[in-house]
Amino acid sequence: MFDTEVINTDISEKLAILGAAAKYDVACTSSGVDRAGRKGGVGSTVASGICHSFAADGRCISLLKVLLSNSCVFDCSYCVNRRTNDIKRASFEPRELADLTMQFYRRNYIEGLFLSSAVIRNPDYTCEQMIKVLEILRNEYRFMGYIHAKAIPGADELLIRRIGLLADRMSVNIELPSQKSLQLLAPDKSKEKILNPMRTIQRSITESRTELVRYKSAPRFAPAGQSTQMIVGASPETDYQILTLAAALYRGYGLKRVFYSAYIPMVESRNLPALTTKPPLLREHRLYQADWLMRFYEFEPSELLDEKNPNFNPFVDPKCSWALSHLDRFPVEINSAEYETLLRIPGVGVKSAKKIVAARRSGPLDFEGLKKLGVVLKRAQYFILCKGKAMEGVRLSRESILRGLMSDRSMQLLDGLAGEQLSLYDNETVTRADVIKCLTGQM
Amino acid sequence: MPDRSDVVYSYDGSFRGLMTCVYESFYAREIPGNIVSWSHGQATLYDVKEIKTDSEKARKVMKAISEKISGEAMTFVYHAFLTCLCGREAHILDFIYLGFKYGRKVMRMLTDETVYILNKAVGHLLNETALLRGFVRFSDFGGGLVATIEPKNNVLPILKYHFLSRYPQGFFLIHDKTNSLLLIADRGKSRIISVDGFTPPSAESDELRYRALWKSFYDTIAVEGRENPKCRMSHMPKRYWANMTEMSDRQGRGLFLERGLIPEGK
Ligand code: SF4
Repeated sequence: MFDTEVINTDISEKLAILGAAAKYDVACTSSGVDRAGRKGGVGSTVASGICHSFAADGRCISLLKVLLSNSCVFDCSYCVNRRTNDIKRASFEPRELADLTMQFYRRNYIEGLFLSSAVIRNPDYTCEQMIKVLEILRNEYRFMGYIHAKAIPGADELLIRRIGLLADRMSVNIELPSQKSLQLLAPDKSKEKILNPMRTIQRSITESRTELVRYKSAPRFAPAGQSTQMIVGASPETDYQILTLAAALYRGYGLKRVFYSAYIPMVESRNLPALTTKPPLLREHRLYQADWLMRFYEFEPSELLDEKNPNFNPFVDPKCSWALSHLDRFPVEINSAEYETLLRIPGVGVKSAKKIVAARRSGPLDFEGLKKLGVVLKRAQYFILCKGKAMEGVRLSRESILRGLMSDRSMQLLDGLAGEQLSLYDNETVTRADVIKCLTGQM
Repeated sequence: MPDRSDVVYSYDGSFRGLMTCVYESFYAREIPGNIVSWSHGQATLYDVKEIKTDSEKARKVMKAISEKISGEAMTFVYHAFLTCLCGREAHILDFIYLGFKYGRKVMRMLTDETVYILNKAVGHLLNETALLRGFVRFSDFGGGLVATIEPKNNVLPILKYHFLSRYPQGFFLIHDKTNSLLLIADRGKSRIISVDGFTPPSAESDELRYRALWKSFYDTIAVEGRENPKCRMSHMPKRYWANMTEMSDRQGRGLFLERGLIPEGK
């Protein structure tokens, strides 16, 4: 049978196994809470989070992200740690992991610990082991750095509450964006098993905030809030479904962040995409862009996508795409438009919109000035006027805008894309003309 | 604002020295053609006026900036001084004149050339400081921590606050090779001194072991099939790599492998 026995391995081998097993959890931020260091303690946290390194895949490394153990009694079919998979198993001793965290933290390798685990024996036992690690860190070593802990679905509410009092952020991963896909691919989990701990965490966070108003010394429950992750591309949900679910989670469960993870096939199963399928990285990228628009630009999912166009356009980003289908709202006069209107212009970000509002109070802005404020004129030029005039040589027609937007970013993307999203076109080589046709709705 | 004159101010390179230059310019009613620090002592065709740092004059200038422009402008001027912007002293002087003319509003004049140039330089400084909060790598020498950095800007006077808060009980040194400065911090107190050279002691076996563990974790964490060297480089520019445990000396891994500090095949 399969060897789920924990082999006695030395720490470097454990780190290799349990680091590799945790890396598909994409959240690695240390953000959401500001805590200055205190006498008698070690460490601090910074609200914006700090990246300590960037891995070869370009992603931020902020936390020591490991599983406490990869010996799982569950059997989720998309997961390498599932019971029926024949892999090397390892578990950290709680103290061993706490010591490693402190040693890495001292050297400024990390902002803290991201602790997750496969289900050892049962969910409650797993949580108890995790609590041991966190208690050593917080109570014995007076560790004041960042801790992100995953709640184990199916664990007792009281245990989840105890973890939340030790951690800065908690997460429960939704993983699959619909009940149907969950049933098919993660038979040991159910929507309830995932949503219940999410609700517990949300309630505890709210309670702790109200308490804090009354007593300053009240214990803080996950002060950096909670987050979740969804796998994109393992199951058939559309971008529209995923984004709508994300919006509902932000609203209904007060989540701080939803992370999206392009599915990388590692498991042969008839319910999953073939092993040769490339991870949908561009799709993931578009979802992050749209998520960003929802959180900072006050876009609703229904403004970006709908039943008829349920997936993002691979060639232009969601904001450009939105602007292209709302050309009647443009061009916008930079010197008088409201902040909210400025935010909707492609090429104008939160920072540059704020700068525009500040700078135009001391005199009208021209295109030269906009460049100095960090506006990306290459994109913005099609959508704006300065003192009533468009930028020289720019024609504000749909066709010319498309040509302009195509010429820079998207064509680059196209090069990197072969084999991924382009299967949309049945392996035909996509030409520039095709792209424009596709966008103008002629294809 | 008086016309730019042919005289060049030379000062000791300190912030107070620069503030004394501002005082001098104001009361002599002249705008120096340039302001250079003594250490730069290059020959010049202009008349050189040596400005002796005077704490009292400097204090008056700083007070005037805070009151007549704003506290925000005062911080901005100090930050501008720490940047690696070439000719920053002259730009700072221009900015202060501009501020005295327009008041607090000057901070919003983002399209003015002087404000723009300084803003960009300060942005670069603050960005580099923010990156280094993460990229600094300490080595542990029997309880004391030592790090080396080679920043473009003079970041230590700002960066120190972060690490003082992070290690409130600790003893640590950060050596800024570029600016020949050494931050010495001991249980929450710190000072920055000039140093000509600084060589940390050689690492002991425990230190080597944690370095090796960190490197192996770093190599493990990247998701295969998602390699993206361009993205990594833009977030973590190559010039920081030399002082980062996991990036420097990649060939040193052979050594660690030999000593059995990293599992084979990883
Ligand atoms: S419970 Fe978690 S670790 Fe275990 S198989 Fe499912 S996803 Fe993998």
